[in-house]
Amino acid sequence: MTDAVLVDKQACFPLGSDLDVLAARRGVRDWARDIGLTTLDSTKVVTATSELARNTVVHGGGGMMCLELVRRAGRQGLRVKFNDHGPGIPEIGRAMTDGYTTGGGMGIGLPGARRLVNDFEITSTAAGGTCVTIVRWKV
Amino acid sequence: MGTCLLVTIQVDMYDQLAITLQNDLARAIAAQDTNCVLLDISALEIVDSFIGRMMANTAAIGRILGAETVVVGMQPAVAITLVELGLSLRGIHTALDVERGMALVERAAAARG
Repeated sequence: MTDAVLVDKQACFPLGSDLDVLAARRGVRDWARDIGLTTLDSTKVVTATSELARNTVVHGGGGMMCLELVRRAGRQGLRVKFNDHGPGIPEIGRAMTDGYTTGGGMGIGLPGARRLVNDFEITSTAAGGTCVTIVRWKV
Repeated sequence: MGTCLLVTIQVDMYDQLAITLQNDLARAIAAQDTNCVLLDISALEIVDSFIGRMMANTAAIGRILGAETVVVGMQPAVAITLVELGLSLRGIHTALDVERGMALVERAAAARG
């Protein structure tokens, strides 16, 4: 299989405060630079990371971000996973809609972050919290 | 014409810092007879929804206190990313650099008479 995703490197960051969000963002930025993402692609994935890491802290009650350097069919990319053990998102469909918010924000975080990356996956349950995975592939 | 506050952000912003900056600016505008704020974000690598909201709030608070805010120096990649994120920064004046930002403020002041 040439389209299997291989993980070359992984690093995890705790997400409990706004300073943790900053550290997580820097981690993604540094790796994006290391693999030579364009400035624009790097800016996009770092911005998406900032939105999702903040969600983990603010709505998920804290959690973890794991950053992976991945490869598929010889192409490099950054995969970032956000996990929390919060109450979950009861209506994911609505949460993915622009302008929908329950947290007093502007409601652009999730749908906005999805537009900034190539792959976006979200699962959420009341028992297991929320898990969001994004990938930005190198062009 | 009163004074212009030039605020250059040279550190990575995190949420509490953004809130602190917004509050400090409001106090500074009121204390120093300021009628314009130039917020230089040329060193910012990203602007996310929280920082964007901070800038919009600062502009709104400043307007109530009699100062116009101009955000200057946004990196092109940051601008593209902001639009894709869905943040339009309506109500915020922007300029490419500090010089153009000053010109914008002066024109606005002249128009007001």
